[in-house]
Amino acid sequence: MSKHRIELRAAPHQHSGHSVPTIMRNVVYSMLPICGFSVWQYGLSALALLLTVTATCLATERLLNRNANTLGDWSAAITGILLGLTLPPAFPLWMAIVAGFVAIAIGKAMFGGLGHNPFNPALVGRAFVQAAFPVAITTWVPAFSANRFSEFVPTTFTAPLMMPPDIVGWVKQQGVDAFTGATPLARWKFENVTASAHDLLTGTVTASAGETSALLILLCGAYLAIRKFMDWRIPVAVLGSAALTAWAFQLYNPAHYPDPLFVLLSGGLMIGTIYMATDMATSPVTPVGVWIYGGIIGVMTVIIRYFGGLTEGVMYAILLGNALTPLIDQYTQPRVYGTGKEKS
Amino acid sequence: MRLPFFNHTPTFDHGIHPVYHKETGHLPIRRFPFAPKLYVSLEQHIGKPAIAIVRVGQEVLRGELIAKPDGLFSLPIHAPATGIIEALEPMPSDNGEMEMCIVIRVYEADTQEVQVRYPHDLENMSGRELALVMQEVGVAGKGGATFPTHAKLIPPNGCTIDTIIVNGAECEPFLTCDHRIMVERAQDIMEGIKYARRVCGAPRAIIGVEDNKMDAVAALEAALPADGSVTVKVVETKYPQGAAETLITALLGREVPAGKRSSSIGVVMNNVMTLAYMGRLLPLGEGMTERIVTIAGPSVERPGNYIVPLGTPLRFLLEHVGARSTATEVILGGPMMGTTIPSVDVPITKGVCGVLAFGKKDAIPPQIYPCIHCGECVNACPKKLNPTQMGLLAAKREYDVMAEQFMLGECFECGCCSYVCPSHIPLVQQFRVAKYFLKNREKVT
Repeated sequence: MSKHRIELRAAPHQHSGHSVPTIMRNVVYSMLPICGFSVWQYGLSALALLLTVTATCLATERLLNRNANTLGDWSAAITGILLGLTLPPAFPLWMAIVAGFVAIAIGKAMFGGLGHNPFNPALVGRAFVQAAFPVAITTWVPAFSANRFSEFVPTTFTAPLMMPPDIVGWVKQQGVDAFTGATPLARWKFENVTASAHDLLTGTVTASAGETSALLILLCGAYLAIRKFMDWRIPVAVLGSAALTAWAFQLYNPAHYPDPLFVLLSGGLMIGTIYMATDMATSPVTPVGVWIYGGIIGVMTVIIRYFGGLTEGVMYAILLGNALTPLIDQYTQPRVYGTGKEKS
Repeated sequence: MRLPFFNHTPTFDHGIHPVYHKETGHLPIRRFPFAPKLYVSLEQHIGKPAIAIVRVGQEVLRGELIAKPDGLFSLPIHAPATGIIEALEPMPSDNGEMEMCIVIRVYEADTQEVQVRYPHDLENMSGRELALVMQEVGVAGKGGATFPTHAKLIPPNGCTIDTIIVNGAECEPFLTCDHRIMVERAQDIMEGIKYARRVCGAPRAIIGVEDNKMDAVAALEAALPADGSVTVKVVETKYPQGAAETLITALLGREVPAGKRSSSIGVVMNNVMTLAYMGRLLPLGEGMTERIVTIAGPSVERPGNYIVPLGTPLRFLLEHVGARSTATEVILGGPMMGTTIPSVDVPITKGVCGVLAFGKKDAIPPQIYPCIHCGECVNACPKKLNPTQMGLLAAKREYDVMAEQFMLGECFECGCCSYVCPSHIPLVQQFRVAKYFLKNREKVT
């Protein structure tokens, strides 16, 4: 053996090959079809919105971590894209910049960056703009309008600190039939009209940029689960408990409460479940804990939707689940091998 | 994931499926030549070091006793080659400390036949007497823990042993020496089981073998004694199947109570190679002078399983198997639990089951990211500990909390948590440090 240095390293000397950037990068890849669908549906405004929010998040992350370049872990990109997907497609860009900055600065960097945030950063950003701009965040535009690839929605380029213009007149010019300006959830809540499961699955309804097609989101989630980049138990727990709760309500009063399928497919439940509830940093680590956590989110989503002032409850349900995560972890420690009740 | 209602190969919960690299598993065992000088360590087992009974300049024959045990939890050492005692001097060891070694200058062209034997009449011995004769053979646990085998087999007061589990799982990647000994020396293993049963009084023995070694299963089944007291059971290929607790759970469905030895639930576990050597050497009255070692790794040109005389320095070993210049890391043991050595002057001891040479690109030092709470380690830990929480506590040096609330002491350092960690946090190393700190705190302060 020739003369050279040998190195001392601690065991194990093999590794699974998974790393934080690999996981995060794959989550980003899995969101690209949803982004593509959103742009195809809403055109230039959605594209501008997604790009702006993502760029804001990346810039904020870089700005607040000047000593260490943390863009390489791809987590800020996930926050940006996810936040963009949960905003209405015609959301004014200056408000989107505020949302992106709040998401990274207050939602994540303030707590110490990756892995230290107690709440999902994208949801923190969205909760902030929901409180700050309640009108803009419930202003919806019709999907598949004729000029979506040639012109922006007027609200997109609202001057900073200004109210966005009224778009009723603009919507009328688009030649879209029967646009009500309300999401399926809002229509159910205020008019007691439910959208068909087919429309919800394929995404031909009014909603935020990325929450329209439940089917597409499910497929992207399946990719992540199969590649083991996502804990499949959390979506199963959330959707299962939401469906059970909705089913119980429907049994109680079928005339008033919609069927469970509508609850599962409408609003942000699907994207929230697949991409936000499963956020590793803010969900429990114990095997029992993930089921409890998912169950709480599912039940709370339905309860907020049915009894809250808002039409949509996923965001607050997940934030509540995030807040409970340390507590759940503490009380669901796994039984250590060789202690407690024995199998023999 | 284990689905209910299906017939599963016996296994344990959690664990990992690393890449196994068992390419040397089909290569027959070969003999290794004597190095010009052998460095025979006096600390080749857990327990008190042996006491050297030779002086410098003395001539010793292969197989001759050169160090005697210091009490019951100690082992004798026999000369691995005929030659002259050149010195008694400290040499580097795998744990980084210098250990006292007997240096033997080997006579050139020496025969590999054992010259000195200490036979006994084994037929009419009681179990206790047999244990003391076993001690004279000097066999230490060959899986790597190097617990003196005779001491392990004597049942502690108040315990009845009902089962001997023979560990042929060999779950560590790269290592195939147990595999080869099961294929080539199945009869020796059965002999060893016979003696072990006489000492501990167990009515039955179960040999557990992972399902990636079906040729070993066939060889063992062909050698089983007719009375049905020994059975072979196939278990799932999963790391760490070969750890004591996991294999006992897989084979018997029992759990070893936390903080206790397996003898408390009536089980004694021995490695296949331990019993193969016991079965071969005990009737002949020979001492341990050599062992079978897997030499492998991406930087080894002629990997394989070799019978290596104890005390052979790694420098000679690596030269002989053609270690490439790309080797930057030499590991004693397997890649999951083995230790890298500080110097190639470290000699082979009774507990070395493998020597692996890794190059730089086989083990790139990864960038460490913060813990993202993915819970992979919680789902991998075979002891169902919570490495996530313990890792966060270790970073804050809250070692007492780790021990009191999260049962740090139960960790046997299999390395599954570090293996799966996407943030590349050296979890198991943090736990080693924490345990070492807690154990040695009194001495320092």
